[in-house]
Amino acid sequence: MVRYFWLIPLLPGASALLLLLLGPRLSRRWISWQACLTVFLSFALSLAGFVHLVRAGHGSSGLAKTLLPWIASGSFSAAISFAFDELAAVMALVVTGVGLLIHVYSVGYMAADRAYSRYFAYLNLFTFFMLVLVLASDIVLMFVGWEGVGLCSYLLIGFWFERPAASKAGMKAFIVNRIGDAAFIVGVLFLLVNVGSSSFAAINAAPAAGVLGPGLVTLVAILLFVGATGKSAQIPLYVWLPDAMEGPTPVSALIHAATMVTAGVYMVCRLSGLFAASQAASSVVAWVGGLTAVFAATIALVQHDIKRVLAYSTISQIGYMFLGCGVGAYAAGMFHLVTHAFFKSLLFLAAGSVIHALGGEQDMRRMGGLKKALPTTFPVFLVGALAIAGVPFLSGFFSKDAILTSAFAGGHYVLYALGLSGAVLTALYMFRLIYMTFYGQTRATHPAGTAPHVHESPPVMTVPLVVLAVFSALAGFAGLPVLLGEKANWIGGFLEAVLEPAAHHLALSTEVGLILAATAAALAGIAMAFVFYRKRPDLPERTARSFPGIYRLLVGKYYVDEAYDAVVVRPLVRGAETVYARFDLGVIDGALDGSAAAAASAGKGLNVLQSGLVRDYALAFLLGAILFLGVLLL
Amino acid sequence: MRDSDFGLTLAAGKTKYRGKFHGLGYLRYPVALCIGSVLAMILSRNQAHNALFLVLAFSCLGGLFGLLDAPFAAAAQVLVYAGAIMVLFLFAIMMFNLREPAPRERRTLRTFLAAILGLVLFAELAIAAVRAIAPGSVSPGEPDGLAGLGRLLFTDYLYAFEITSLLILAALVGALALAGKKEGG
Amino acid sequence: MIPPAAFLLLSAVLFSLGVLAFFVKKDLLTQFMAVEVMLNASNLAFLAMAKASGQAAGQVIVLFVITVAAAEAVIGLAIIVLIFRQRRTIRTDELKDLRG
Repeated sequence: MVRYFWLIPLLPGASALLLLLLGPRLSRRWISWQACLTVFLSFALSLAGFVHLVRAGHGSSGLAKTLLPWIASGSFSAAISFAFDELAAVMALVVTGVGLLIHVYSVGYMAADRAYSRYFAYLNLFTFFMLVLVLASDIVLMFVGWEGVGLCSYLLIGFWFERPAASKAGMKAFIVNRIGDAAFIVGVLFLLVNVGSSSFAAINAAPAAGVLGPGLVTLVAILLFVGATGKSAQIPLYVWLPDAMEGPTPVSALIHAATMVTAGVYMVCRLSGLFAASQAASSVVAWVGGLTAVFAATIALVQHDIKRVLAYSTISQIGYMFLGCGVGAYAAGMFHLVTHAFFKSLLFLAAGSVIHALGGEQDMRRMGGLKKALPTTFPVFLVGALAIAGVPFLSGFFSKDAILTSAFAGGHYVLYALGLSGAVLTALYMFRLIYMTFYGQTRATHPAGTAPHVHESPPVMTVPLVVLAVFSALAGFAGLPVLLGEKANWIGGFLEAVLEPAAHHLALSTEVGLILAATAAALAGIAMAFVFYRKRPDLPERTARSFPGIYRLLVGKYYVDEAYDAVVVRPLVRGAETVYARFDLGVIDGALDGSAAAAASAGKGLNVLQSGLVRDYALAFLLGAILFLGVLLL
Repeated sequence: MRDSDFGLTLAAGKTKYRGKFHGLGYLRYPVALCIGSVLAMILSRNQAHNALFLVLAFSCLGGLFGLLDAPFAAAAQVLVYAGAIMVLFLFAIMMFNLREPAPRERRTLRTFLAAILGLVLFAELAIAAVRAIAPGSVSPGEPDGLAGLGRLLFTDYLYAFEITSLLILAALVGALALAGKKEGG
Repeated sequence: MIPPAAFLLLSAVLFSLGVLAFFVKKDLLTQFMAVEVMLNASNLAFLAMAKASGQAAGQVIVLFVITVAAAEAVIGLAIIVLIFRQRRTIRTDELKDLRG
């Protein structure tokens, strides 16, 4: 079974193809089964491969399979080849596992949608491209997956394209991603030219082998990281992700929380040999991650749309992952990626359940008091919130602690402080969300003025929620702190086969202190939320009034969108208009009209030659053949 | 078997070389017949005769193909060209049922020009032919015979071969669509 | 032995005669036959070169040419029949519709 691991991406791909071709003719039942079953089979294969790797232990080089030769041009060649090593196994499990749950959830969530088959076709297509990205054994094929998930993201954000906001958000995501991808392509080209091979093994070995000079390593790593900031929504290219919430909520959970947006982290881990070789590039990664973690968390504090809070939270959490990678703790970054995939998709799906229950309402100011009405959604949401806040013994606690500990151990104290303050903010905005949504009096109003009929979601939606809640709670035990023994950090040991190891070790007392500090941060955040949004609901407004500048800055999301609009978009549009008026209308259209006029007059002149007799045309043809042959003979 | 070259050594050995044409040995008869029947086609004004002349010319060519160690091409030439295609022409001629022969061709400037250009073309082709076989320009070798041809057809040229079948199908359908309609329909 | 150049020369003669026939003749059918002569001349050249170089690829191409010629003859004759049905003539100097 393990030998057929290359079917992991192909199964959802085939399903997507079938749905795109035949979708509207298939029954909804068939579509649901086909879409879910193919992802399930991929999951089963991933699990089999994972078990195989665990059994084989260290020293196994993983599985590899070359399907087809692809590009062969001169000295450069790339094949369609997949590799299944420890890193890919973890990521593939997340993609197929979380993907499967979200497919199942979507069966309920999208039940009433007209474009049912199109939705599942895109979702399967996304799974296909994501798995290509994960399993690719060289960077060129990874780029295919990278672009493919971007395309699917665009298609799914704009899934309800009849809404102008949705199609605009899709375009924004696509264009912002494109900016990052441009840098990514340049980085890949640098690698191809200088390393001469596109395989990850060769690229990771290049800095040590001296194939890439230190300056070039830094340049390439930073270029690739710019690509990652686009895909993974980091400063400065994060602006598309909040808008991407226009898509269906399961899509937000799968693509814009659990999998695609973490592709940048995966890529950095994949190329850990390259990034680790450059101190400067690693610092850039760590600082961008750390700053994004705090920056996005502050914006999340004042958002009112439940999905936007979660979106900014995602940006912030991915910042943590990059912070981990940047300080050399690649395994910790991957660990946080995994736990984040669980609890963030849980939060999104639960939020989707809330939105579903309220008939499409997303504004938290019109929620409240849902605790009783949603007996399944509320507890699982609470588990997710506790996990992301970093309350001890839930998954987020361990993974976030692993990152912060590594930052501290590496001597990056400022980054550590950033991360810790981000943790306080995380707990604060998450519990603000909980209190506003589930506690207090209901503020829900129907358009007609009556309270809408609030109802719990069907089992097809709640069962995935419960499964995700279990994983969100327990996944942390895969990576216990090192102070509990060398073997405690199981996932770190597992990934060590592929990733650069984190070298630092701390004294026991220091490590205990760090854990206590993280716990304190989480509890402080929750306590603040309790005071602000439960005990003294008037406090937030008074605080906002005391610091009007800061409040407006936060509500305006630091005016980054406005700044980009003023600095980039509007000059570009104005420049394009100028070019259109002057160059396009004047020079190009002029040249076109001129050449058309010239052709017309030439045609009138040559009309004499046109007798209409086939023989005359053939004669001209013969003359041409003779001249041609004459030239050949000369 | 050096002597099997072109399968004509016997003939060539016995012949005294009296000019190029006679140097062809027995070959001169099919060659003369071939050129002669094409010339006759040009001169004759009866289409049915033209078609029959061509049958003769193509049959002669089929023989020459056989002498060039291409038995399969020779058979195909006789069966498909001389047989099927030219019979198709005869059918077409029958359908037109032109009682009177085509009117006499007038010698126009165009005909004259065409003759000149045809001569130039012939000169060029002749030069190309002589150059093509110049010593050292080709490396002689033994063809693999019919089995080699078949192997080539189903390996290197498999796609072309399969596409040919599509082409014939398209021609079949196309011909039906074009000419299959009832008169005036 | 007969030099391959002899066959190539014959091919050149036939081809030129085909060209000449195409321009001298005025009815579509015979012109079409002239085209067939040219095709055959090129076949002869292919076979001569195949023989001279010992490569069977030339023969393969000849087979393709014959097949394509068969298809071409079918379509060509169908078109000629159609023209004849509509115009009651196949004389090329009476068909001037291409004149712009």
